[in-house]
Amino acid sequence: MTLLPTIILMLAIFALTMLVALYSTYAERKVAAFLQDRLGPNRAGPGGLLQPLADGIKMIMKEELIPVSSNRFLFVLGPAVAMICALMAGVVIPWGPDLNLGGHSYRLQLADPDFGILYVFAVVSIGVYGIMIGGWASNNKFSLMGALRASSQVISYELSMGLSIIALVMVAGTLSMREIVAQQHGFNWYIWYQPLGFLIFLVTAFAETNRTPFDLPECETELIGGFHTEYSSMKLGFYLFAEYINMFISSAVMAALYFGGYNYPGMDAVQAWVGPILGSLIGFLVYFLKIALFIFFFMWVRWTVPRFRYDQLMKLGWKGLLPLSLLNIFITAVILKLVP
Amino acid sequence: MEGQGYLLTGRAKVLDRPRLSWAEKMYLPAIVGGLSVTIKHLFRRKATVQFPEQKRPVPISYRGLHVLKRDENGAERCTACGLCAVACPAEAITMEAGERKPGEEHLYREEKYAIKYEINMLRCIFCGLCEEACPKEAIFLEPTFAPAGFDRNDFIYGKDRLLEGSKREEIIPPLTS
Repeated sequence: MTLLPTIILMLAIFALTMLVALYSTYAERKVAAFLQDRLGPNRAGPGGLLQPLADGIKMIMKEELIPVSSNRFLFVLGPAVAMICALMAGVVIPWGPDLNLGGHSYRLQLADPDFGILYVFAVVSIGVYGIMIGGWASNNKFSLMGALRASSQVISYELSMGLSIIALVMVAGTLSMREIVAQQHGFNWYIWYQPLGFLIFLVTAFAETNRTPFDLPECETELIGGFHTEYSSMKLGFYLFAEYINMFISSAVMAALYFGGYNYPGMDAVQAWVGPILGSLIGFLVYFLKIALFIFFFMWVRWTVPRFRYDQLMKLGWKGLLPLSLLNIFITAVILKLVP
Repeated sequence: MEGQGYLLTGRAKVLDRPRLSWAEKMYLPAIVGGLSVTIKHLFRRKATVQFPEQKRPVPISYRGLHVLKRDENGAERCTACGLCAVACPAEAITMEAGERKPGEEHLYREEKYAIKYEINMLRCIFCGLCEEACPKEAIFLEPTFAPAGFDRNDFIYGKDRLLEGSKREEIIPPLTS
């Protein structure tokens, strides 16, 4: 009996993640269009809402090509790894406050390990293996360059990302996602305690998800698609999809760690007014709104900021963000020592 | 100052590139500036013309699809002289001349007329040189455009689709005078 709610929640989160990723592609095109004074896709369904379906069907119907000189097994493994790792990260995210139904209290979180944040990190870093494996297995110079860039980029940026989280963990005193979100009750968000840490995390999140100022592994103009040059059909779709899922997860993590997750000012009053069940749902919606805003921000930046040069990227990572995150830890430690 | 270029031409210029200030090195102020520019565009009026429903008006002299004109009595003006075909830089025009028979005076203006007159719309570059070459004011480019088809052969327009008054299904945009 205890397994059933978990399975339902698991399927719900899976469906939700897929749906968000699906409509992120639509949103991406719409945002891009509107930022460029265009209208974007608006023919498939009302307002173009069926466009993701049309795109998906197109992807599936495309010819599946596997280059002769590629390593067949790894070539297929690459997108699978990217996709699985992207989906796995959603497990530890607390999607909403506990839901009380029929006397039972259900957690809107699949698992709450003590090492929640570390788990997200671990899974997201494995995700880059999908890119590396796929890029290498393609046996194509552009793909290999893309894979190399992806791996070196992740190494240099994950460091700063981890260090920015350490400062947050020092403030929170726990690694559990659930507890970190619970501590930010009301408007007591960690962005007020860790503004610099958030900024570092935000920048590194862009690098981690290979989004535009740091989309060097892909960069169409230099590497004609980078690691997915040789991919076609749904394998390419998996890569693109994994990118959007990663973006969704990054937004969810950022909203949970720094913007209070499902917490919002005046939540106790609202909870008392509408009752616990509706209150939980509103909390979930608020969390979702924050995630949507972050996803919009990702897109907004993509259609504003041009791509970094590779040396600029490395310089920013090692000479800019790394010392800055160390400084952030130092400042946090000093303040924590002075203000008990 | 060094280098052959300076010695040869004396035109080399030493640029005084100011070093980036601290704020510029941070990138962030510039990024925020850029973001504020793009967000303004989010709410701007969109430039898109919803094509099949909406048509962008074209000038009256717009060079679109050709029309073979008739004279005031409804007779075809073309005499199949072939000057348009000669003038055509894309070699899109072919024709076959025929002799007018007695009793056909109301159909054809001159003694000679085009039995067959074909324009390959895929070759045509819509330059309007045929229009300029025509001594009989028989061919004109009209503001009709956007022919579409699934077969390349469909784009070879014969007299059935070129002659004035024939079925011309192409999109006719609103005119501006």
